[in-house]
Amino acid sequence: MAARQGRLGSQVDIPSFFIQILNSIQYGLLLFLCASGLTLVFGIMGVINLAHGSLYMIGAYLAFSLSEHLGSLWLALPVGVVLAVVFGAVLEWLLIERLYKREHLHQVLLTYGLILVFEELRSVIWGDDVHGVSMPPLLAASIALTDTLSYPVYRLWMSGVCLVLALLMAWVLLRTRLGMIIRAGSVNSEMVQSLGINIGVIHRIVFAAGVGLAAFAGMLAAPVSSVFPGMGNQVLIICFVVVVIGGIGSLKGALVGAILIGVVDTFGKVLTLEIAGVKILPELAGMSIYLLMAVILIWRPEGIFGKVRS
Amino acid sequence: MNAQLSGMERPGRSGLAPAASAALLVILVVAMAVLPLTPLGADKFTIQLLTRIMIMAILAMSLDLAMGVCGLVSFGHAAFFGLAGYVLALVAPQGEAAGFWTSIAMAMAATAVLALVMGALVLRTTGVYFIMVTLALAQMLYFLFHDTKLAGGSDGIYIYVRPDATLFGFRPFDLDNVQHLYYVVLVALSLSYLLLRRVLSSLFGKVMSGIRINESRMQSLGYATFRYKLVCFMLSGTFAGLAGYFAAVQFGVVNPDMLGWHLSGSAMMMVILGGMGTLWGAVIGAAAMILAEMGFQALPAVTINGSEFNLGKHWQLWMGSFIVLVALYLPQGLGGALSALWRALFARKAAPRP
Amino acid sequence: MSDIVLRTDTLTRCFGGLTAVRDVSLACRFGEIHAVIGPNGAGKSTLVNLLSGDLPPSAGRIFFGERDITGLASHQVARMGVGRSYQKTNIFLPLSTFENCRLAAQTRLGHSMRFFRHALSFAEINAAADEAMVAAGLVGRADVIAATLSHGEQRQLEIAMALATRPRLLLLDEPLAGMGGDESARIVELLGGLARDHAILLIEHDMDAVFAVADVLTVMVNGAVLESGSPESIRSSHAVQEAYLGSDGVHG
Repeated sequence: MAARQGRLGSQVDIPSFFIQILNSIQYGLLLFLCASGLTLVFGIMGVINLAHGSLYMIGAYLAFSLSEHLGSLWLALPVGVVLAVVFGAVLEWLLIERLYKREHLHQVLLTYGLILVFEELRSVIWGDDVHGVSMPPLLAASIALTDTLSYPVYRLWMSGVCLVLALLMAWVLLRTRLGMIIRAGSVNSEMVQSLGINIGVIHRIVFAAGVGLAAFAGMLAAPVSSVFPGMGNQVLIICFVVVVIGGIGSLKGALVGAILIGVVDTFGKVLTLEIAGVKILPELAGMSIYLLMAVILIWRPEGIFGKVRS
Repeated sequence: MNAQLSGMERPGRSGLAPAASAALLVILVVAMAVLPLTPLGADKFTIQLLTRIMIMAILAMSLDLAMGVCGLVSFGHAAFFGLAGYVLALVAPQGEAAGFWTSIAMAMAATAVLALVMGALVLRTTGVYFIMVTLALAQMLYFLFHDTKLAGGSDGIYIYVRPDATLFGFRPFDLDNVQHLYYVVLVALSLSYLLLRRVLSSLFGKVMSGIRINESRMQSLGYATFRYKLVCFMLSGTFAGLAGYFAAVQFGVVNPDMLGWHLSGSAMMMVILGGMGTLWGAVIGAAAMILAEMGFQALPAVTINGSEFNLGKHWQLWMGSFIVLVALYLPQGLGGALSALWRALFARKAAPRP
Repeated sequence: MSDIVLRTDTLTRCFGGLTAVRDVSLACRFGEIHAVIGPNGAGKSTLVNLLSGDLPPSAGRIFFGERDITGLASHQVARMGVGRSYQKTNIFLPLSTFENCRLAAQTRLGHSMRFFRHALSFAEINAAADEAMVAAGLVGRADVIAATLSHGEQRQLEIAMALATRPRLLLLDEPLAGMGGDESARIVELLGGLARDHAILLIEHDMDAVFAVADVLTVMVNGAVLESGSPESIRSSHAVQEAYLGSDGVHG
């Protein structure tokens, strides 16, 4: 009843609505990039990696340091991705490999410990200040939409890169021999091994790729969001929500979940909603994505594209 | 198969050398009760530290009930802990003392309701979903208190005057007195332990263990497992609320960090470090964890290649490494090691017969 | 007939495009062992999962006595008086034999929301657990951890747990799987005894055992019932011999 009296309003006209749609998609695609690593690692190795957000943070800080030393984000991106992938492979070899046969509880514990380690190492190496990362001049411009409104090119470019990567991932998984082996390995690793394929190598590749994706997402986001302590944990929890909504292990689910969250989060922050004199939005925008998750859980506890457990 | 065996219980119909463990428990509680009267306890800092450990022990015990006994790996227990603290802060009149008995009852009732609602939602999921969803919902509560002016936003609320325990004109204890608070928390911890221990050996307790070991088999035996898990989650959340209430009383302030996931992570670590499913393991884990934290924080500054590096300031680095090592090499926790020792000393039938 | 404990009416279950169980109608009577046989993949285990409520049927109905229990969850079906054992041993490995049976017997109380009284102080539950262990031939093994029991004893424990819930109908999914000759003989003897005061639906590959104990036989092939009748009529059925017994052997 109270909701009937609610007033949903905004200062949104058509061009700014369009801008918010673009923002939603851009944010969603970035989340997808990050969440896809999480969901692939779980779907294929059965490991829940809480430190995934920290790797996003490490990526952002790498973008900060490398672009200062190398002089440009263009150089920082490839170097950073290579470093992240190597780091991921070493991490898998040292620690993650030992978790495959263990309970989720121990996976949670170990990777939670890693969060503390990474966060503190970040403090030791980079300090606790907020840093900005400059955009490449080529992308620093804005496209004018109306006389007063414009949209930054960098964000468009970012969405484009995320989209290309999403398609690339789908292509690798669905069309290549490696992708076939990965998919088979997620269903039955013994079977894959009996074909003479070293499943350990496959796991290392997937984990390293997941780390690379998270770090790359962090690097892409750095010029927009700046780099700051705790940025990884924020992203991690949102990635969890993405995965829960989309269904764990499903790339398609991660994409749909990420876009949904992009829309809900973006519009939650720009719309205003008052119910019976109480301001709901944007005050409660921080909660909106969790409410979305709760609704999805009631409707489909296994996520939109999750497999129904028998 | 291995997951099932990890919770191996001793054979026989009677518990683990009950007389010996009861004796040990009495000795421990008496020692704790006498401690403030000894020179060691004369130090206010020691008393406050022990109070804090006991409060965290209640939290860890409550999580153990869900996680170690019933297999519900909750990564959101800080939500209950923090909510109870906020209830105290919100019901206390400005600049005056809240009534202890009413506020503690309200805090626990509020957490019970939160646990019921949250449980009804999260218990629709299992496994890794359950972990992620409990974390996410607790985070939602965090944002509720962090982003809104409901209760002081990110700064939280100070509780300037501690609750007043006057009951029918008689004031049994004064919570402003650190020794009194110590004794009240000691009693709360002991009673919680005894009560939950009792629940563990009841029919309900047996159902909880059964669900942890093999939930689908419980269902095919005729148990409506959802209901039992929900009650377990509520019970667990309520005791986490009890801990949060006392934490708010002790620190005199509540803020969103009380609801944050680092606290949930720490509580989980305490339970695993101490050894799951025994309740006393959680107590050991809480003590070990807090002492380890203090130890790491007390590390000195060292000079490496001419530049100074403060080991203590970066204690999270050592804490994180410690957690990683425990996960790798001590999955059964300190309690597992102690249990083995205990069995060797007191149990007649140490190993199960082949 | 009034002694029908369980009856199915054109029960069907599909997995995607595959029909695992098709139009199965059968009845289990009190005091009878009704054996369901058929080659691997005939849908026998799916049938048991449908009857126990572990899987919902795609079509058809299940009646327990007069009551329609189609679509009830497994715990509700169990509550009506259906006990089951699993093809793959499914017990509480870290618990003692006694505790496994006690936990099963505890379901007799209606609900277990009892928080204070010690679980071992319910004399009637303990007695029921002991009785089930005796009935399943596990005398003297009460305090042994289930994980350390021999394979055969674990199979016996499966049956003991099903018995401890005091069912009217027992669904036994290959109770003899992986058992040696002596152990098998013991279980077969046990089944004969149990049939006096239960209805039993038995799925079994061991043909000697089946023909020794079954009162009624149903042969399933490709999810559907091929033939149903007394052991003699099945043995002499031309269709069965052609489709099943006569082909490449019992374990086909």
